[in-house]
Amino acid sequence: MTGQEAGSKRWDVKVQIVKDILSANEQIALENRQLFDEKGVFVLNVMAAPGAGKTSLIECTIEALRERLRIGVIEGDVASTIDADRIARLGIPAVQINTGGGCHLDANMVRVALPRLSLDETDLLLIENVGNLICPTGFALGEHLKVMIASTPEGDDKPYKYPGMFSAVDVLVLNKVDLLPLLEFDLDYFRRGVEALNPDVAFFPVSCKTGEGVQTWAKWLLATQGMAQQSPGSTTGVLSPSRLPTFSQTNQI
Amino acid sequence: MHELAVTQSMLNLALEHAEQAGARHITGINLVIGQMSGIVDDCVQFYFDFVSKGTIAEGAVLSFERVASCLRCRSCGEEFVLDGHDWACPACGALGGEVIAGREFYMDSVEVE
Repeated sequence: MTGQEAGSKRWDVKVQIVKDILSANEQIALENRQLFDEKGVFVLNVMAAPGAGKTSLIECTIEALRERLRIGVIEGDVASTIDADRIARLGIPAVQINTGGGCHLDANMVRVALPRLSLDETDLLLIENVGNLICPTGFALGEHLKVMIASTPEGDDKPYKYPGMFSAVDVLVLNKVDLLPLLEFDLDYFRRGVEALNPDVAFFPVSCKTGEGVQTWAKWLLATQGMAQQSPGSTTGVLSPSRLPTFSQTNQI
Repeated sequence: MHELAVTQSMLNLALEHAEQAGARHITGINLVIGQMSGIVDDCVQFYFDFVSKGTIAEGAVLSFERVASCLRCRSCGEEFVLDGHDWACPACGALGGEVIAGREFYMDSVEVE
């Protein structure tokens, strides 16, 4: 309390809160996560700028793992069902969330979408976030892994420009590496920026177009999902970062 | 749009605590925002003035305490501010480090009457 102001009858009172502004979202994310763990569903939150290849990587992942895992997809977009239609054509259950202008998915949007998927018959749920390098990382959805896709045409300076995103993810996929010969993309400069803030990130250079690197990514994901099944219920990520292949250990170009 | 969603969460949190404290009016909201949180002050105030209309928080002034992005060097433990491209530790030259500040995004207190 700051006390009574001189010459005024009103009381000015300070109410201490010290609470995360997004705590309501965090709570719902935690409930989503508990549900996923209970049902044995391993969940990825796939984030990237528009056009980096989120839907393409999801398609490649489905093709690589559909014989091994039962996969479901949630597609987040500002508008349209284009992405969910792409996934549905593969014969995979897909739910579209339209944010109606919102720049990211939040935990409640995912919660509302979940009854439209059969979690009992899902091993791996891929959630495609809205294309954006800023906000999605602030809103947990209940995922086990945050996966970011960067793509070579975006430029090698992106880790330096978006440190919030690059430092918060568990997995970094660099897509469109088939274009490297055509671009002025300094892979060492890019790597230095990522390693500086996030040395534990698992890194996968891929081309969803040529298929390069996709099997390495899929094998790692399958192994990681398998490890998660053996140690369900941990609260902060299924795996400690030290158990994930690091940026420098994973696939070199 | 990001700020709108965030501002709504902020308003809900402020209202919840002010009402618990029996306040009739919220005059100010004190926020602590890290540089990495990607929140634009003016934008939040603009949305706040809009979403708070008709609530006990209408007219409240938001104040923002900014927290610089700060790293701790993994080699020598030096703590330093993340500044544009220069991510090298000023003490030993190693690149980058663990983020120890800059992600803050919380409500410190509300001023009520």
